[in-house]
Amino acid sequence: MAASEDVLALQAEVALLEEELRLLRQRLEEATAKPFSRHAREPAPLPPKAALSREEILRYSRQLVLPELGVRGQLRLATSSVLVVGCGGLGCPLAQYLAAAGVGRLGLVDHDVVELSNLHRQVLHGEAREGHAKAHSAAAAIGRLNSAVQCVPYAEALTPATALDLVRRYDVVADCSDNVPTRYLVSDACVLAGRPLVSASALRLEGQLTVYHYEGGPCYRCVFPTPPPGESVTNCADGGVLGVVPGVLGCLQALEVIKIAAGLGPSYSGSLLLFDALGGQFRCIRLRGRRSDCVACGDQPTVTRLQDYEAFCGSSATDKCRSLQLLSQEERVSAAHYKQVLDAGEPHLLLDVRPKVEVDICCLPHALHIPLSRLERRDAESLRLLGDAVRKGKQTIQKGTLFPIYVICKLGNDSQKAVKVLQSLSIKELDSLLARDIVGGLMAWATKVDPTFPQY
Amino acid sequence: MAAPVSVQVEFGGGAELLFDGVKKHQVTLPGQEEPWDIRNLLIWIKKNLLKERPELFIQGDSVRPGILVLINDADWELQGELDYQLQDQDSILFISTLHGG
Repeated sequence: MAASEDVLALQAEVALLEEELRLLRQRLEEATAKPFSRHAREPAPLPPKAALSREEILRYSRQLVLPELGVRGQLRLATSSVLVVGCGGLGCPLAQYLAAAGVGRLGLVDHDVVELSNLHRQVLHGEAREGHAKAHSAAAAIGRLNSAVQCVPYAEALTPATALDLVRRYDVVADCSDNVPTRYLVSDACVLAGRPLVSASALRLEGQLTVYHYEGGPCYRCVFPTPPPGESVTNCADGGVLGVVPGVLGCLQALEVIKIAAGLGPSYSGSLLLFDALGGQFRCIRLRGRRSDCVACGDQPTVTRLQDYEAFCGSSATDKCRSLQLLSQEERVSAAHYKQVLDAGEPHLLLDVRPKVEVDICCLPHALHIPLSRLERRDAESLRLLGDAVRKGKQTIQKGTLFPIYVICKLGNDSQKAVKVLQSLSIKELDSLLARDIVGGLMAWATKVDPTFPQY
Repeated sequence: MAAPVSVQVEFGGGAELLFDGVKKHQVTLPGQEEPWDIRNLLIWIKKNLLKERPELFIQGDSVRPGILVLINDADWELQGELDYQLQDQDSILFISTLHGG
């Protein structure tokens, strides 16, 4: 009995040390990893495979007995390579299922590092990986799951300079990215390289999935010839996303990749799957076919090489929040300056213009809350509340002086819009105001003034 | 004189946020001289349903880039786009494309 406990304890210790060693090796690899270049790390093409080993037969037995896949399909999977663009909410489940299914090689592209706010949806990354490159974190997790899968991490952004070279080295491409310029870049690269593209996206409680440029089907540009205006595009930080939604889409995306790689053919070429997580509905719609006048895949294409996609889309190739500059310097104060106003007890009104759902997360308790959307539509009840607060405040200052209003939001964009609205109002209670906004909003308050204030 | 037309207008992918978050709208378009087409429907939507920031839905006389229009679950390009004439009980879906991942 004592002996068997010893064995267990020793086994546990060995496992722990092995894990530590693996982490050290990984850190070493990350530290020495060179940026992707034309000449760096070009793995040889996967060799053809004639038969499955005894171990492979056991490992994949539950899918091998499916007549639709069979040994033939499994062998095709094992000699297929898939480029995963983005190791986030879509890329994590996608890469996980592709590796588990026995795909031969995975290229994992991501320029970003793991953040705590990623973990609810980017399920390959763990707490210990915070601050590490997502491409390496994903590769390490895949390595634990299936050591037979070759993983090639590319810890940098896909760019017009590198994309075509990279895409040519893989058989199928999965677009798991999070921004518009990258989606056009990936699509054009797939058209130029002649590779099928399985594309998914997710936001809030909805997801979309389709297959582009597969055997004469439309490409991304056929369906979306013109990029959307930048202000109409919402990222996960602003719009929110329930983690399982990209999870569902990433799994469906993996399914399409597997069907293409195994020779079964995809289901969503020329059609778009819409997933409504709240309504519990999947809906499939018929898309247009390939456009003969498409600039990328049409009969006389003008996109014959990759271009500047950030300029084309008028937005940057990340999903980071944008910083607007709507106000002059005099109309803005820093979080630290506002702290001084508070400490000095200067009469003023703090107006928080975030949506209620965000105020519920955290707020400065003395603020008046009126969401920007209500100000923008000049909601009567909101203007009355604001008027009351201003009237009360004005009683505490000398007649004839301007009453200061400080407007705050999460990051300092909406607060600028709100100041513009306040300046445009012609209401008696709201004249003689000095409206300014707080640069960087409550997140600047959290980093610069009060480190105990939550960040989200 | 064309008779009134009853259609289901749906918004998704975030486009519903411009319509007070309401995704499904059962609407009856009044009888008028001309038959109802998508072009007229867009004007009607802008006047009767759209709550905020019209520029995020309409551009010129069409929808802004990035919004797919689906007539009875098929891309409107397959059916004449703005010129498609609405039939009673049609379903018109406006989907804003998502880019997050």
